[in-house]
Amino acid sequence: MVIDLPFIWAALIAIAVLAYVLLDGFDLGVGILFLGYESGHQRDIAMNSVAPVWDGNETWLILGGGGLFAVFPLAYAVVMPALYAPIIAMLLALVFRGVAFEYRWRTERGRFLWDWSFALGSTVAAFAQGVALGALVQGIPVENRAYAGGWWDWLTPFSVLTGVALVVGYSLLGATWLVLKTEGKIQQQARDYAVRAGVAMLVLIGVVSLATPYLNPVYLERWFAWPTAIFSIIVPALVLGCAYLLFSGLNRGYDLQPFLASLGIFLLCYIGIGISFYPYMVPPSLTIWQAAAPDDSLAFLLVGALILLPLIIAYTGYAYWVFRGKVRPGEGYH
Amino acid sequence: MFGFEALELARFQFAFTVAFHIIFPSFTIGLASYLAVLEGLWLWKKDDAYLKVFNYWKTIFAVAFGMGVVSGIVMSYQFGTNWSVFSDKAGPVIGPLMGYEVLTAFFLEAGFLGIMLFGLNRVGPKLHFVSTLVVAFGTLLSAFWILSVNSWMQTPAGYAINEVGQYVPVDWWEIVFNPSFPYRLVHMVLAAYLTTAFVVGAVGAFHLLRDRQNRGARIMFSMAMWMALIVAPLQLIAGHAHGENTLEHQPTKIAAMEGHFETKRGQPLILFGDPDAEAETVHNAIEIPKLGSWVLTGDFEGEVQGLKAWPKEEWPPLDIVFWSFRIMVGIGVLMILVGLWSGLERLRGNLFEARSLQRLSVVMGPMGFVAVVAGWIVTEVGRQPWTIYGELTTAASASPIETPAVTSSLLAFIVVYFIVFGAGTFYLLRLMGKTPEGGEGVEELGPIRTSGITPGPAKSLDQQPKPAE
Ligand code: HDD
Ligand code: HEM
Ligand code: HEM
Repeated sequence: MVIDLPFIWAALIAIAVLAYVLLDGFDLGVGILFLGYESGHQRDIAMNSVAPVWDGNETWLILGGGGLFAVFPLAYAVVMPALYAPIIAMLLALVFRGVAFEYRWRTERGRFLWDWSFALGSTVAAFAQGVALGALVQGIPVENRAYAGGWWDWLTPFSVLTGVALVVGYSLLGATWLVLKTEGKIQQQARDYAVRAGVAMLVLIGVVSLATPYLNPVYLERWFAWPTAIFSIIVPALVLGCAYLLFSGLNRGYDLQPFLASLGIFLLCYIGIGISFYPYMVPPSLTIWQAAAPDDSLAFLLVGALILLPLIIAYTGYAYWVFRGKVRPGEGYH
Repeated sequence: MFGFEALELARFQFAFTVAFHIIFPSFTIGLASYLAVLEGLWLWKKDDAYLKVFNYWKTIFAVAFGMGVVSGIVMSYQFGTNWSVFSDKAGPVIGPLMGYEVLTAFFLEAGFLGIMLFGLNRVGPKLHFVSTLVVAFGTLLSAFWILSVNSWMQTPAGYAINEVGQYVPVDWWEIVFNPSFPYRLVHMVLAAYLTTAFVVGAVGAFHLLRDRQNRGARIMFSMAMWMALIVAPLQLIAGHAHGENTLEHQPTKIAAMEGHFETKRGQPLILFGDPDAEAETVHNAIEIPKLGSWVLTGDFEGEVQGLKAWPKEEWPPLDIVFWSFRIMVGIGVLMILVGLWSGLERLRGNLFEARSLQRLSVVMGPMGFVAVVAGWIVTEVGRQPWTIYGELTTAASASPIETPAVTSSLLAFIVVYFIVFGAGTFYLLRLMGKTPEGGEGVEELGPIRTSGITPGPAKSLDQQPKPAE
């Protein structure tokens, strides 16, 4: 086979997960910050800023999971049992926050309950995703095509650290999204949140980046050996650049720049993780090629993906375009 | 590493979560199509009564859809968490089909759902109608792919087994259009339409019983009764064909459904009874001689195999399959009768005055859901002890997860689902309790969708939100 299908698919899955993190990141972030807003009008606006798009954002999570199942079934079969508790916690949390979008408008007396369910659900989902990421970076033992560890292995100081980092990171995305989509007091408050989350985020990126290379000698080598070491300089430098754009944008009262800068920070962190991971699908046990399904399966789905993904991006873009601009107070549910 | 215990729990967890999940799709598949029809009628006849009914059901759709989405996401991860061996082995075949479901159906639904729910003011009625159509089409596509997956597990085709024991694709056409798939797809889509029709009919009847002149309620009830009249008999035909197909490919399942133990000519049709796997007989059977053979083979003397033709380890759990099947078919027959009765009343010009019919329709409201879950139980429990029929046993499919882990997750699912979906059901019933005529009725409960009330772009910009507290 001339075309390296597993590699292409690894790239596509990586892109799907990135799309998920960036898109659902901001709407989970809005959820994490939700209780900081006054109940009633302010929360209505905050929620309406994501109501038309959250379902589409979460679909990238299904593509990530479903895609893994389809093209790297072995990785899926190993990772899911290994991360059993955080995955189940994430799913249940997503249940709580997903239904809140509708339930909250269906009751006056019980509304505070669904406000809490939205906020806690978003926070727990973000934390569980961060923990899962941390546990994956730490490595998952595999024997005979099956997970070979215990059911508490995912819980370590490092995975808790990445869990917290993701909660903070998502709240940065959420805050800058609100800066973009709202006005007046809500926006003011969002700027404030963005500054605080931005600072905390930078600190946490620093701590996680320092801890990661020491988890596994391969990572250490990757980051400090030539030629990959170039990235060890470039990536952090670019993160700082984005951080500058973030804070200066917030300072000068720009609407869009802080959001883009936060997306940039996420993108760079993601690339950093990718560098550590490659060529593993499940470090340190399975490479991309070991985990891949047969080429027939990969090719069959690839044809569809190549045709459909551009279409999906086009109409998703259209949906965002339809709801562009500041949230109109009287629109949708209020 | 794990015993019998963890396996049982994992099975129960899967059955519990998927049975909850299927309740929502069977309603949203039907409702999405119904909404498209209503909006089409509104645009065509320019009669605002249809728009009112549309908006009424749109709110209900939004709530049900939300529940369908979150319970569905759980499903797509459960293959990995609880059935990892199955995932590793069957992934190369069914994974891509589920991948196509995401790419063709879920994104489509999600992308246009926002516009359908919130976008009328922003895009105008024509494009909005397109969005509604696209959402409806998306739900059908989703059913197409997931049922193809499920059917492949029932009647696997077009595959080979590789050196590490994975099922690998040989012919995609044969995989997607495996032998039981066309039957299952038709039967399930009709089931979704019927379920929805009976919910709509019940709500219409409920409001007609209070006020015969209620225009919205008349529209709903009349449309629903047309569906019952036409689709319920079709479902009998589709179900029958499905059963013949199953007889060909999964004869053990049919034997369990029918309660046949002996292989013989002239099998009876057992209406009721108490199947006993130990004694290998059906106690207290009420049966019609020879009719069973006729239903299954078209010949009163046709030979039909009984369970004893297979080793006992390959029998599915009998009671569950036998009774679920009778519940489903019983409800199917009731639905046909309701449809016929409504046809009669309509002929006599008495549809909106027929109080007993309307009362019965209210009672029939939730019956579609019962039939759907019963039908799936027949299908899935009837497939036991296999996950992939004749190929991979359920016991060999499970993840190496320890019992406490599955116990806690199962308990968590039960508690959370009952709280969350219980609340959702309560809100849905409350929405349905409001009359479709008073726009204010919905408003009281919080928001109206201004987008739906005023067609045409951006008329409601100046409407200020009511403070919530
Ligand atoms: C894509 C595949 C798929 C689909 C669409 C469904 N199922 Fe299923 N079902 C399975 C794949 C599966 C499975 C993974 O194969 C299970 C898990 C354990 C098993 O034996 O089969 C299963 C088991 C299972 C059981 C337990 C049987 C037992 O252990 O005795 C029930 C009651 C159901 N399912 C019910 C349903 C319902 C109500 C569905 C409607 C949505 C449904 N299934 C769709
Ligand atoms: C057990 C296997 C199943 C899995 C893994 C599964 C997976 C999913 C997922 C992930 C979603 C959420 C998609 C979104 O975000 O829009 C979903 C929703 C949906 N599913 Fe399932 N599903 C299963 C069974 C079924 C069956 C049997 C049907 C229908 C025949 C079905 C029809 C639908 C539909 C129409 C939706 C759209 C949301 C809704 O209607 O509420 N699913 N499913
Ligand atoms: C009227 C008479 C009916 C007959 C003869 C009939 C027949 C069948 C049969 C034989 C199966 C099992 C297929 C298999 O796995 O081998 C089945 C499954 C099923 N039935 Fe029915 N059915 C009837 C009515 C209904 C009604 C009214 C509903 C719901 C509204 C329904 C919903 C289902 C569902 C959801 C399944 C599982 C999916 C599938 O395998 O298609 N059925 N039916």
